Amino acid sequence: MRLNRIPRAAAAAAALLLAAACSSSGSGGSSSTGLNPPGLKAPTKLGKAEGQVNLIAWAGYVEDGSNDPDVDWVHGFEKRTGCQVHSKVAASSDEMVKLMKTGEYDAVSASGDASLRLIASGDAAPVNTALVPNYKDVFGGLKNGAWNSVQGRMYGIPHGRGANLLMYNTEKVKPAPTSWSAVFEDAARHKGHVTAYDSPIYIADAALYLKATRPELKIKDPYALDQKQFDAAVALLKQQNADVGEYWSDYLKEVSAFKSGDSVIGTTWQVIASLTASEGAKVKALVPEEGSTGWSDTWMVSAKAEHPNCAYKWLDWIVSPRVNAQVAEYFGEAPANAKSCAETSDKNFCTVYHAADESYWKRIAFWNTPIEQCLDGRKDVKCVPYVKWVQAWTEIKG
Amino acid sequence: MTTTDVTTAAGRGTVRRLAGTLHRRPRLRLTLLLTAPLLWLAVLYLGSLAVLFVSAFWTTDSFTSEVVKVWSTDNFHELVTTPVFRQVVLRSVGVALAVTALCTLIAFPVAFWTARVARPKLRPLLVVAILTPLWASYLVKVYAWRLILSQGGLADWMLAPFGLSGPGFGLPATVLTLTYLWLPYMILPVHTALEQLPANLLDASADLGARAGRTFRSVVLPMVLPSVAAGSVFTFSLSLGDYITVQIVGGKTQLIGNLVYSNIELNLPMAAALGTVPVAVIVLYLLAIRRTGALNSL
Repeated sequence: MRLNRIPRAAAAAAALLLAAACSSSGSGGSSSTGLNPPGLKAPTKLGKAEGQVNLIAWAGYVEDGSNDPDVDWVHGFEKRTGCQVHSKVAASSDEMVKLMKTGEYDAVSASGDASLRLIASGDAAPVNTALVPNYKDVFGGLKNGAWNSVQGRMYGIPHGRGANLLMYNTEKVKPAPTSWSAVFEDAARHKGHVTAYDSPIYIADAALYLKATRPELKIKDPYALDQKQFDAAVALLKQQNADVGEYWSDYLKEVSAFKSGDSVIGTTWQVIASLTASEGAKVKALVPEEGSTGWSDTWMVSAKAEHPNCAYKWLDWIVSPRVNAQVAEYFGEAPANAKSCAETSDKNFCTVYHAADESYWKRIAFWNTPIEQCLDGRKDVKCVPYVKWVQAWTEIKG
Repeated sequence: MTTTDVTTAAGRGTVRRLAGTLHRRPRLRLTLLLTAPLLWLAVLYLGSLAVLFVSAFWTTDSFTSEVVKVWSTDNFHELVTTPVFRQVVLRSVGVALAVTALCTLIAFPVAFWTARVARPKLRPLLVVAILTPLWASYLVKVYAWRLILSQGGLADWMLAPFGLSGPGFGLPATVLTLTYLWLPYMILPVHTALEQLPANLLDASADLGARAGRTFRSVVLPMVLPSVAAGSVFTFSLSLGDYITVQIVGGKTQLIGNLVYSNIELNLPMAAALGTVPVAVIVLYLLAIRRTGALNSL
């Protein structure tokens, strides 16, 4: 289950910035950051398996049955490839980046706020997707994203994705909300019972709302805010704070708050919404008309990998239809492989998580790391870096 | 004589000489005894505090968020001038004081009962009962309070007949939960002090015509006060450092610990500067407590 989403948002970026700032000029390319990563080469063919592979992963991504005997996709991999798996669970994106720098690991399941850092610092190598047969079945919307590719080159294999939804109590919130305004301008209607995700990255949710409702601010990307746009988002959140009952970071806390009625409206993940509903609470979750923020994780290979062949085999294994379905169901996210939907134990799973619904994902702004150089490509202003987001978040909560 | 005899005799001689030396030099004896524990205290405990303090004067590179070891007092300047930090520090100290006051108020009658009123056979059992909650996991207890204080929970249900509702999540809930958590640390020293109170003093007070209130003020309180102060050291410092309870039942409240936690990944020096605040507050508190003589009776 997803218990570890919290700290990864609290982690930050910016090694990337150095690389970006030093690069002479962003000559364009598909990546709007103008990021020029070190010229690393992807392998053109695979050799013999090395007999082992060292992974860094989020809790729940590399399960060998020791947590739950029925949840095991590691032994099958070991049997098939002869690669012994050694995995290390990381608690935050920062920890992942630190561990990758040691050069002792072959692959990592990086989130959007770590992946660009790993690319910029040269710790992650580009991936030759032709060597990962299952990559062809990965949903198009996950390929060549701003968080996992640079100038059209993939730096990893997408693992899964999820959206930050608006959840509400169907008995207490009437009429049913269709817009994020329910937790911003109209939050006072449920004073003391509004909830929000407790992380600086939540500022992007406010920015996304302002992007739709205040066009004069000209927000293009909620992760690229100049000072004026940022101040507007912070002001909106300070106003929201008066009506917030509590911020959640631990998902059990949100489940209990919605069950008891302490929270009646606020942000959530699909896995929490499903769990809360299954425990008898009258809740619904949706992507409001302004769209939503979300996350996407990517398996990346270390530039210093000692076991690259086994690492590539793992990348292929983890996005193979059956295993990807298992991970997605265990973790509570949409699988990356289109064929996984036929393999889930709950046949409705992909519908609930909108796995194949590309028009749905088009409305999701995936988490990225705010840096001084605007991610939306603006050159005339400086954007507010994540460190400042963290400070602002403290002030918002007061 | 064989060679072995010679060596044993020599060995015995060395031991005896050493023992003699140690006997004649009490200072040397003390030094040898205390070196290891003092090293432990100085290097591991005070050393890490010193590192914390020093790193509070460093800065971070806003580009890479890596620690830059350049001396600067910016973090402390920011600590004093930023309104939100001041507010949170005051709030945290207020919570710690409130918890201490509540614990004292509750602990006194309970300890008086367990130490002097209850039948002597029952007393050890009562002490065990007071200690029992300490065996349960901290998190379990706090989550239990979350259920009690949630909407329609036990607190609401119990107060409903009076037309009231529970405090909900927030600052009062935090103070309440922390009071529950640290209460045994206050009851125990007060219980011990009351138990050791000589009965003839109370008799003498009564013989001299003092009523219960006067006896309490003039005899019991002065003798028990150092123990209250000792208990308050626990309740105060444990409350000041807590950041998990407030996350679970505090609603949107943040205390110093939460600020340290939120800064630790990206701005370690700022987290260190924030971390020195509770240390300073507790040192001041201990200095104040020392004046009452409570630390002697710990």
